[in-house]
Amino acid sequence: MKSLGIYIHIPFCKQKCLYCDFLSFPEGREQQALYFDALKKEIELSAGECKDYEVTSVFIGGGTPTYPEPAYIADIMEIVKRDYNLSKDAEITIECNPGTADYKALRLYRDAGINRISIGLQSARNEELMALGRIHNRKQFEECYADARQAGFDNINVDLMSALPGQTLRDWENNLEYVCGLEPEPEHISAYSLIIEEETPFYEMYGQNSSAVQGASEKNNGKRYLPLPDEDTEREMYHRTKEILEKYGYSRYEISNYAKDGYECRHNVRYWDCGDYIGFGLGAASLMKGVRYRNTPELPHYIEAYDAARTEVQELTKEEQMEEFMFLGLRMVRGVSGDEFKKRFSCEMADMFGDVIAELRGEELLEVTEEGIHLTDYGMDLSNYCMAKFLL
Amino acid sequence: MSEFDQSKIRNFCIVAHIDHGKSTLADRMIETTGVLTSREMQNQVLDNMEIERERGITIKSQAVRMVYKAKDGEEYVFNMIDTPGHVDFGYEVSRSLAACDGAILVVDATQGVEAQTLANVYLALDHDLDVFPVINKIDLPSARPDEVKEEIEDVIGIEAHDAPLVSAKMGTGIEDVLESVVHKIPAPKGDPAAPLQALIFDSVYDSYRGVIVFVRVREGVLKKGMTAKCMASGASWEVVEVGYFGPGQFIPCDELSAGTVGYFTASIKNIQDARVGDTVTDAENPCAEALPGYKKVMPMVYCGLYPADTARYPELRDALEKLQLNDASLFYEPETSQALGFGFRAGFLGLLHLEVIQERLEREYNLDLVSTAPGVVYKVHKTDGTVFDLTNPSNLPDPSEIEYMEEPIVNGEIMVTTDYVGSIMQLCQERRGRYISTEYIEATRAVLKYELPLNEIIYDFFDALKSRSRGYASFDYEIKGYEQSELVKLDILINREQVDALSFIVHKDGAYERGRKMCEKLKGEIPRHLFEIPIQAAVGGKIIARETVKAMRKDVLAKCYGGDISRKRKLLEKQKEGKKKMRQIGSVEIPQQAFLSVLKLDEGN
Repeated sequence: MKSLGIYIHIPFCKQKCLYCDFLSFPEGREQQALYFDALKKEIELSAGECKDYEVTSVFIGGGTPTYPEPAYIADIMEIVKRDYNLSKDAEITIECNPGTADYKALRLYRDAGINRISIGLQSARNEELMALGRIHNRKQFEECYADARQAGFDNINVDLMSALPGQTLRDWENNLEYVCGLEPEPEHISAYSLIIEEETPFYEMYGQNSSAVQGASEKNNGKRYLPLPDEDTEREMYHRTKEILEKYGYSRYEISNYAKDGYECRHNVRYWDCGDYIGFGLGAASLMKGVRYRNTPELPHYIEAYDAARTEVQELTKEEQMEEFMFLGLRMVRGVSGDEFKKRFSCEMADMFGDVIAELRGEELLEVTEEGIHLTDYGMDLSNYCMAKFLL
Repeated sequence: MSEFDQSKIRNFCIVAHIDHGKSTLADRMIETTGVLTSREMQNQVLDNMEIERERGITIKSQAVRMVYKAKDGEEYVFNMIDTPGHVDFGYEVSRSLAACDGAILVVDATQGVEAQTLANVYLALDHDLDVFPVINKIDLPSARPDEVKEEIEDVIGIEAHDAPLVSAKMGTGIEDVLESVVHKIPAPKGDPAAPLQALIFDSVYDSYRGVIVFVRVREGVLKKGMTAKCMASGASWEVVEVGYFGPGQFIPCDELSAGTVGYFTASIKNIQDARVGDTVTDAENPCAEALPGYKKVMPMVYCGLYPADTARYPELRDALEKLQLNDASLFYEPETSQALGFGFRAGFLGLLHLEVIQERLEREYNLDLVSTAPGVVYKVHKTDGTVFDLTNPSNLPDPSEIEYMEEPIVNGEIMVTTDYVGSIMQLCQERRGRYISTEYIEATRAVLKYELPLNEIIYDFFDALKSRSRGYASFDYEIKGYEQSELVKLDILINREQVDALSFIVHKDGAYERGRKMCEKLKGEIPRHLFEIPIQAAVGGKIIARETVKAMRKDVLAKCYGGDISRKRKLLEKQKEGKKKMRQIGSVEIPQQAFLSVLKLDEGN
């Protein structure tokens, strides 16, 4: 039986963070009730097309999935367990923000079968949390983390964000040390750097007017600007992340992801391996049998027409599938496998990408092994530059 | 239509400062004379090129014939010749004026007399035209017609007390203007029995009929079937058709006799054979001498034009060929740049002409262009005693072979309110202007006279003038001649390779400043590469400025948006697309934007 990942999107938050460009809004209870009704129906209706699949991972993301009533999540888990071939050792993750889930709620999630929790800490410094517009402080995180352990979660991820406004290299190192010093330490750490995306409050407030964007120049044309660390500091932070986390027994397995042995996030690895996945809920993306689609991002539309929510349906050409196999696979430290490429596309990787591979190898951005290719540390720093070259 | 006797013909033009409402007045006159119904009128009938309408200026002169039934009960034929409104086309203006017997001077009731008003009126008077003023825009609340009348009498010295008060926009006062044309503009003279003598004041190319030549018949008769000859070019053809100008159309007739304005066609393939200013005569019975004033206009401003997509070079060539059919003053020849590939060095009458041609290439021919910095024509005196015209900075010989160089100088007149005299003088000083005089035309306004190097005003002088006078200054200039000057070639090196398309000629005193700004600007335009890229400005091999594009250390999208891969793909595709549009210089990829942005160095600085 082929395997499948399920993504479930919960687009609600207590309040929007300043850097966030994900699909989420602070909606009231009434809208939430309507949304979960539609979501449940969508999941039920889709069971048929997934009946030949074994579901090996579920990821409940947001927004803040732990913000609405926990009972909604429990209901959804019941449907998934009832209508889908959920494998016994499936990885089932829920994203959680400190301050939105108490012990009771966490216990409920655990009892519903959720076995992994991803906590958005972002920073251990309260002033940095404030600057990001987060709703919680460090103490609330500590309570949440302890409660999660208490509730029986033995696979926990902590999200951290580097290159924050005003952050120094030392601040960042302290954040890393803090997370690694938790008792017991988390199994998984995601360490992203802040990117000012369009359509975020940060972008509205500062536009391109941040010091990093301006190449750390002092000029700001009299406007407010975000004192982001300059590019060199930012890279230093990235390199230190790997060193510090390795010291504590974490391995980097993807550009921004680190795990203890055996705790790599299976659901995310599925994305990078171009495995099949189905997304439920507002704006959720799916890839099944070479067809990609995305649900409508309009809440009223979704609530009304959950059964016809799929928009942007796109059948990937063989070339597009090859490209994605390459540029997603290269996000991972292990890179892409030559055998797997051949198995999927019935041709040699070198026939399609030989020139690019040779070029990047010459620039020491990429290494070729017997199994396949992977980016070097230098190549990871310049991953967009490398990946763009794999577009045919 | 029936033939009119000479005493019932009026040939005239309208002169005005830009924006004073010349074209609108012309439209109203055409409407009122009833040649066209209102429904047929598109706004501004005379400006029939798209760009002209958008910019609200007249580029090529046009003509139209109207029939007006005057209050005296007689019908008159009006030939209105529209003149281009920009200094770049000064020669065409002068030939249009030469085809007229009188001129209407339009003055804005709110703005009064401006620099171009003066220049145009003097030009009209130079051609012995009878000029009468019209005060326009009297509907505006800030109109001050009486003051403006006084100003016209004081400053220009022509009678203005009975000037028609008009609102061309609202259509009021138009009858007065038409009556004044009858009474104040003289009827043409000329003997229909004399040998043909006609002045070419414009021409357009038509793909079916060949060149359509616009003429004012001075003496004799121009008719179908005769052999017409251009006296300067020497070309002759059998006349296929003669006619006059309906609004927006050509209306054939049997003949054009002395005093009239019209057109002829003769299957003329090359517009260069029937240039503006040439005299047309009867090949079998030629007139004794050509009409005075003919000259072949020379391009004043040059730049390199390259297709953004190198594969479209043949399309650019075809487009230039077609534009030249209609524009005898457009010059071009092929050239090759290491940086930009195959393209053309093109010559223009001025910067507006250049911009108009660029826009037409991009809009009408859908070409994406990369153009190099516009430059003027320098005279290079070599040590071996020879002199040549330098139009492309890359062709400058080694300094050891140059005795000295000369650059074109203009006589500039700037009319400005007294509040801004100081800042405008400072601007002229910065642009190496030589102060000549200040004349106060009234208590609050002055005319500043400066001699300015042409290469200092072709970039952004107009913009600077407007911004430093809050839009109140008006400017006009004419070429004075050439003067010796200390000029140097500024080269730009990117990663130690000279980029020919970025070289230009500059006065030695401005080289450092210009070089520094170029490097700064380029630094912002060239993306980071895997290696560090020095950007240097050099004069004669000596580096005078330097900036560095640091090596790329980071190009990574940390987060991958869950399963939303299409977003990631779009980002990578954009990145790849961007690369395609770059030009490769050695191992450095330079975006086309870099070539364009250095043209606008002074903006925002």
